[in-house]
Amino acid sequence: MALKIVKGSIDRMFDKNLQDLVRGIRNHKEDEAKYISTCIDEIKQELKQDNIAVKANAVCKLTYLQMLGYDVSWAAFNIVEVMSSSKFTYKRIGYLAASQCFHESTDVIMLTTNQIRKDLSSPNQYDTGVALTGLSCFVTPDLARDLANDIMTLMSHTKPYIRKKAVLIMYKVFLKYPESLRPAFPRLKEKLEDPDPGVQSAAVNVICELARRNPKNYLSLAPLFFKLMTSSTNNWVLIKIIKLFGALTPLEPRLGKKLIEPLTNLIHSTSAMSLLYECVNTVIAVLISLSSGMPNHSASIQLCVQKLRILIEDSDQNLKYLGLLAMSKILKTHPKSVQSHKDLILQCLDDKDESIRLRALDLLYGMVSKKNLMEIVKKLMLHVDKAEGTTYRDELLTKIIDICSQSNYQYITNFEWYISILVELTRLEGTRHGHLIASQMLDVAIRVRAIRVFAVAQMATLLDNAHLLTGNMQRMGICEVLYAAAWICGEFSEHLENPMQTLEAMLRPKVATLPGHIQAVYVQNAAKLFATVLKNQEGNTDSTAAQETSQLMIDRLPLFVQSANLEVQERASCILQLVKYIQKLQQKDVEVAEEVCALFAGELNPVAPKAQKKVPVPEGLDLDAWINEPPSESESEDEQPKAIFAKEEPKHSRPRHTEVDEKELARRREARKQEQANNPFYIKASPSSQKAYQEAPGVEHIPVVQIDLSVPLKVPGLPMSDQYVKLEEERRQKERADKKKKEKKKRKEKRSGRGRKHDSGPESEEDITPAHMVDIVTEEMPENALPSDDDDKDPNDPHKALDIDLDNLLEAAGRRPLADSEKLPVRAHRAAEAPKSPAEDGEAENAASQEPKKKSSKEKREKKKDKDRDRKKSKEEKKKKKHKHEEKGEDLLGGQADEPVVQSEETNEVAALPTSTSAEVSDLDFWLSNAPVPSNTQEAATVAEAAPVPEAASGTAPDSEPEEPKDTEMEETKSSKHKKKKQKKEKEEKEKKKKKKHHHHHHHSDGGGEESVQNGTVEEEEPLPPMSNYCLLAENSYIKMVYDIQGNLQDGSQVVVSVIFENKCDSFLKSMEFNVLDSLNSKLQRPEGSGPHDGLTVPFQLPPGVSNEARFVFTVQSIVMPQKLKGTLTFIVKNEDSSTHEKLDFKLHFTCTSYLITTPCYSDAFAKLLESGDLKCSSVRLEGVIMPFHHLLARICFHHHFSVVERIDSCASMYSRSIQGHHVCLLVKTSGQTVSIDAKCDEPTLLGNVLDEIKQTFSQC
Amino acid sequence: MIKAILIFNNHGKPRLSKFYEHYNEDTEQQIIRETFHLVSKRDENVCNFLEGGMLIGGSDYKLIYRHYATLYFVFCVDSSESELGILDLIQVKVFVETLDKCFENVCELDLIFHVDKVHNILAEMVMGGMVLETNMNEIITQVDAQNKMEKSEAGIAGAPARAVSAVKNMNLPEMPRNINIGDISIKVPNLPSFK
Repeated sequence: MALKIVKGSIDRMFDKNLQDLVRGIRNHKEDEAKYISTCIDEIKQELKQDNIAVKANAVCKLTYLQMLGYDVSWAAFNIVEVMSSSKFTYKRIGYLAASQCFHESTDVIMLTTNQIRKDLSSPNQYDTGVALTGLSCFVTPDLARDLANDIMTLMSHTKPYIRKKAVLIMYKVFLKYPESLRPAFPRLKEKLEDPDPGVQSAAVNVICELARRNPKNYLSLAPLFFKLMTSSTNNWVLIKIIKLFGALTPLEPRLGKKLIEPLTNLIHSTSAMSLLYECVNTVIAVLISLSSGMPNHSASIQLCVQKLRILIEDSDQNLKYLGLLAMSKILKTHPKSVQSHKDLILQCLDDKDESIRLRALDLLYGMVSKKNLMEIVKKLMLHVDKAEGTTYRDELLTKIIDICSQSNYQYITNFEWYISILVELTRLEGTRHGHLIASQMLDVAIRVRAIRVFAVAQMATLLDNAHLLTGNMQRMGICEVLYAAAWICGEFSEHLENPMQTLEAMLRPKVATLPGHIQAVYVQNAAKLFATVLKNQEGNTDSTAAQETSQLMIDRLPLFVQSANLEVQERASCILQLVKYIQKLQQKDVEVAEEVCALFAGELNPVAPKAQKKVPVPEGLDLDAWINEPPSESESEDEQPKAIFAKEEPKHSRPRHTEVDEKELARRREARKQEQANNPFYIKASPSSQKAYQEAPGVEHIPVVQIDLSVPLKVPGLPMSDQYVKLEEERRQKERADKKKKEKKKRKEKRSGRGRKHDSGPESEEDITPAHMVDIVTEEMPENALPSDDDDKDPNDPHKALDIDLDNLLEAAGRRPLADSEKLPVRAHRAAEAPKSPAEDGEAENAASQEPKKKSSKEKREKKKDKDRDRKKSKEEKKKKKHKHEEKGEDLLGGQADEPVVQSEETNEVAALPTSTSAEVSDLDFWLSNAPVPSNTQEAATVAEAAPVPEAASGTAPDSEPEEPKDTEMEETKSSKHKKKKQKKEKEEKEKKKKKKHHHHHHHSDGGGEESVQNGTVEEEEPLPPMSNYCLLAENSYIKMVYDIQGNLQDGSQVVVSVIFENKCDSFLKSMEFNVLDSLNSKLQRPEGSGPHDGLTVPFQLPPGVSNEARFVFTVQSIVMPQKLKGTLTFIVKNEDSSTHEKLDFKLHFTCTSYLITTPCYSDAFAKLLESGDLKCSSVRLEGVIMPFHHLLARICFHHHFSVVERIDSCASMYSRSIQGHHVCLLVKTSGQTVSIDAKCDEPTLLGNVLDEIKQTFSQC
Repeated sequence: MIKAILIFNNHGKPRLSKFYEHYNEDTEQQIIRETFHLVSKRDENVCNFLEGGMLIGGSDYKLIYRHYATLYFVFCVDSSESELGILDLIQVKVFVETLDKCFENVCELDLIFHVDKVHNILAEMVMGGMVLETNMNEIITQVDAQNKMEKSEAGIAGAPARAVSAVKNMNLPEMPRNINIGDISIKVPNLPSFK
C-alpha cells in the first residue's frame, strides 16, 4: 500500500504541475491555444488515473485554465472526486475548483450534499472552513435547503473561525432558500453580540445586507445597532452600521433625531476618513428625512459642509470625488449651505479628472446667480470646445441649458447672449440634444417678445446655413434646431430683414432630406413667409416681383407634394393650390396680400398646461353622453393626435371631445398633458410671477396668460418677485430631474405640437399657484400608479423573497413561533432522504388546505405574533406548561408545535390583534422617544404613556402608571430590546396609541384568570396557553431527549418520530447511536444491510448547549392499539482530556393519536360520512373542565390531530383520519364544566383508545 | 456586496479572477477585458472609483481599483460597500500587504505561478462576496496554519515531488529574463492613511 503511494508520487513528479503549466504557456506565446489543448489532453489522461494526487494536480491546473477562459465544466465530476478526498490539501484544491466553476445548473452539485455535510461536521476546523468557503460560491437552493440546519449548528461552533464563516454564509443561504430566514434569524441576531469581533462583524455584515433590501423589517433592530455603534471600535463594523442607519432613517425620522448626536461626535472624533465620510453621508440622509429643516440642525449641516470642504480640498482625488458626491446630496435640500463654497466647486471644474468634473457639474446648478451666470457658462463653453468624448460634452450641453433656463430664466439678464449661446451650441458635432436646444429657442422667442427681432435674424442665418448642420448624417441630432428656426422665422416673419432670402432658403431642394416633421414645419412656414413677402411687395408698384415670388412657390412646392411623409404632402398640396389660386388673382391684378396675411393673423400665445381643464363646462352639456352612435371599434385612435394638428388655424378648431367615452377622454387628457408638457407653446413652469407682475389688479379673467416680458435688450432683469422665486426654487430643483427626462423622451415623439386648440380657455388664478405646478409631475404617471419604491424593484430580485417580517421572532429568545412548515429541514434517515420529507410535506398540505380562506402568509405571521404575546400574558397561570416549553424552545425546532393552534383560533386572534401590535409599536417608539424631541413633545408623551403596557403584559412591571420617559431609563429599555417589536405602518400608529389605554385593562384581567369570564367578550379574546406535543423521552445529566410522533401521510404503515437531542453538559457529545427493540407490530427502519438489532447513528454531533433534531422512521402494522417500545441511546462524552461512553434508556410511547393525521373536512362531506352508517359509535364525558370552549377545541386539535369541521356556540364537530384511512368523527358539546364527546369511527378499538387519550389529556390539566 | 475581484497586469492578462456571481467563461473574459479597458485608460493621478462597465453591475455598482507597478487590483462592489473602506481593504490594511507578507515581497511572478495560494489568501479575507476578515494578522495566522497542515500531510510521500519541484525551480531565477516583464515588486505607495 505504502509502496503504491510512493510509486504514485514518483509517477507524479513527471506530470506537469501548475507551475510547469504556467511556465509552458509562457514559453509558447506563439501557439498558446495549441499548447493548452495538448495540456488539456494530458489533464484528461491524468483524471482517468486512480491516484487522487494526480487527479488533484490535474484539477488544480484546470482551475488555472478556467481563469484563462477555458470551459472546464466537463471535469465537474472529477472536481467532486477531489473535493471528497480525505486529505486537506486535495480537498482544498477541489473546493477551489468547484467555487470557480460550479453554478446552479451544474448537475453534479447534487452529488455533493453529503460530502459537504460531512466536511461541515469534520473535527478539523479547516475542513469545515474550506467547505464553507466553497459552498458560499456555489450554493444552490437545494444545497441551501439541505444544509441550512447544519450551518445553523455551526453558528454556535466553539471556534470563532468557523462561527464567522457560518454566519456569513447564512446570507447566501437566505438568498437561495428564503424560508430559512425566520428560523435562523434569532441566532443570527445573537451573533451581533458575539464576544469575537470577527463573528460580530460577520453578523453585522449579513444583517446590513438583508436590511439594505428590506429596511422596514429591520427597524426594530435599531436600538441594538445603536448600542453597537456607540460601543464598537472596529471601523469596518461602524461603517456598515452607519450605512445601515442611512437606509433606515427615511423610514423613521425619529431615529434620525436620535442619531444626529452620536454621529456628530464621531465626525468630530474619528481620524479615519472612510468612517468620517460615511458619518457625513448618514447625517445628510437624516437631514433629508427631517424635511422640516429644524433650526437646531443647521449646525449639523454646517458641520457636514465644512467636513466635505476639507475632503474636496484634499489632494487625494478619491476624497475630492466623494466630497463632491456627498455635497450634491446636500444641495437638494439645503442649497444655501452649498452655495458658500462656490469657489471650490468652480475650481473643480478645471480638474483634470473627468469623474470629478462631472460631479462638480452636478453641483454647479445651485451655484449660479445673475452676476456669475455668464461667466460660468463661458467657462463651460470652453470645456465644450475642449471636450473629447461625446458623453462628457453632452453632459455639459444639458447642464448649460439647465443652468440657464432654471427658474424661468431667472438668472438670465441678457437674452441676446443666451440666443447666441444656443446658436453656438448648434455647432456641436454629433450631439444628441438638438431637440433640447430647439425647444429652448422656441421658448425664448415666444416668451420674450423683445428678443424676437434678434432671434429671427439669428434663425434666418441658421436657415441660410442649414447645409452646415445637415452636412453629414452624423449630425442628424442637431437638425432639430432647424425645426425651431423655421418656425420662428415663419411666425415672426414681420421682423425679418430679408424675408425673400429666407423663403428661398426654406425651399431649397436639400430640405427634402430632412426628417418629415421638420419638412412639414418648413412648408407651413414657407406659406407664412410667402404672405409676408407678398405684403411687402404689393406695397411696391412693381407687381412682377410678387408674381415671381408666387412662381417660386409653385416651382418648389411640388417637391414636397411628392414627399413620402403624409403630413408634408398634405400641407404642401394645400398650399400649392392656394398659391396657384393667388397667382391667378395676381395675374388679374387683384390685391391679395391682405387676405393672404389674414390666413396667419393673430398672435400665438403660450398657454398654461392646465388651461383647457379650467374651461367651465356650460350648463346642460354632458360631455360623457353620446351624440352619435359610438364609432366602430376599429377606428384608429393612435392617428388622432396627428390628424388634429391645428396650429395654423387656431381659431377654427372645434372641441372634439364630445364623442368619446370617459376612458377615452382620460386617455386623451393624458396624451394632451404630455404633449403640452413638451410643447413650447405652453407655459410649462410657473408663469405666475410674471403674470402677477404684469397683469396688475383690475385686469380680470384674462383668457390667456400673456408672457409679454417687456425686457429691453441688454437691460438686465426679468421682473420677478424675489419672494416667489425663493419658494419656487426648492420645489423646482426636485422636479427638474424628472421633467427633463420625460421631456427628452416625449419631445421626440410629439414633435408636431398642436398648439392652439385650447387657447381660448380662460385661466383662473388657481392655475398658476405652485401647488398646481407640482401636479404636473404627478400627472404624467398612469392614473392608478403611485410612485412607490416597489416600482424599481426587479421582479427577479432574489432579495424580494427575503422581505420577511422577523419581529415576532425577536419577542423572546426562548420561544420561536415558527410553524412546522417553516422549520429547517432536518435530516431524518430514510424518509427525509427523499427530496421532500413526506411527513413535512403532508403537514404543509394540511396547513394549506385547512385554511380555505387562503390567508396570506403575512396574516398568518401576524397571528402567530399575537399568539406569542398571548402566551406571555398567561404566563403566570401556566407556569408549569411554560417551563416545559421553554426548554424545548431553546432549539430551533422547538416551536413547531404551535402551528395547529393557529388554525383553530381565528376568532380570538382577530380580537387580540390590535392589542398586541400596538404594544409592539410602542416598544420601538419608546426607545425612539427617549431622544429629546422638541417638536414632538406631545407625541413623545403619548408614547411614554403607552410604553409600560408591554412591561405589564410580560409581568415584569406589575403596575403601569404612565411615566415620563427619562434618560436613565434608557439602559433598561436597551436591556429589554430582545422584546422590542415594531409594526411598520406609521400612519396607523396614532390610532393604535389611542387604543392602548383601553387594552391596558384587558391585560390586567387576563392576568387575573377567572375574572375574565365576567366580561362577555373576553372569553373570545382570551389567549391560548402555549402547547407543545413534544414530550420527554429520557434525560440524564448529559443529554435530554424530547420527541413527537407524526403519521406519514404517504405511507400508511409509517410514522416518523422526531427526537430533539439537547446537550446539557459542557462536553462534546458524539457518536450517538439510537437503537430500539423492535416489537412484532412496530419496527425501526434501518438502512439496508444492517441487522435487526443494529443501532442507527444520529447524523450529527452536539457541541455544549446545542440541540438538534433527528427523525426516525418506524413501520407499524396495526394502529388500533397504543404501544411502547424500549430503546437505548449510546453516546461518547468528549472532554478536552478524556472521553467516556454513556448510555441512556428510554421508552417510546406510540399513542393512537400519533397515528392520526390532521385532515380537513368540509361539513357536507362530514354529514355524508355520518349518514353512511358504516361508523361505530362511542362516547365519553369529561367532568370539571374549566377552560373556554375554544381552548378545549384547540387542545383537541393540537394534541390529537383533529380539525374543526363546524362550530356552533358550545358545540363543535371535528374530524381526523388515521394513516390507514380510518375516519374519526367527534361531536363535542359543553355545558358548564361538563364536556361530552360523541364519537364515530369505522374501527371501534382505535376510537376507544383515542377517546381514552383525549380524556387523559384533559385530566392532566 | 462584492461582485467580483480581478487582478490583471498592465496588458490586461488576468492574474486572478474571482466572481461571486456566476458568469460563463466567455462573459468572464469579456468582463475582464472591458474592465481592463476602462481602468487602463485612466491617468495615474485620478480618483480610483469609476462607474461599472456594461457587463458587470449597473447603476448601483462601482469599480474600485488600485494600480501597483505592473498589476491592477479591481473590486467591483455595490453601494452597500464603503468606497474608502474597500480601498483600504485592497491596500493599506489587508490584501496587498497580506500578499506581501505571505510571499515576502510579492511581485507579479508570485501571482502568476501561485494563483492557487492567492486564492487561498483571498478566501480568508472575502467569502461569497462579503468581507470576512479585515485583520491582517488573523488572515496570516489562518493561512499559515493551513499551509502547515498541507506540509504535514505531504509527509514522506511528498518528498520526491518536492525534490523534483526544487529541481524544476532551479532555473526559476532566470525566468524573468525569458518573460520580458521583469520582476517589479509591488511597492506600497505612500498614500494618506484612511485608517
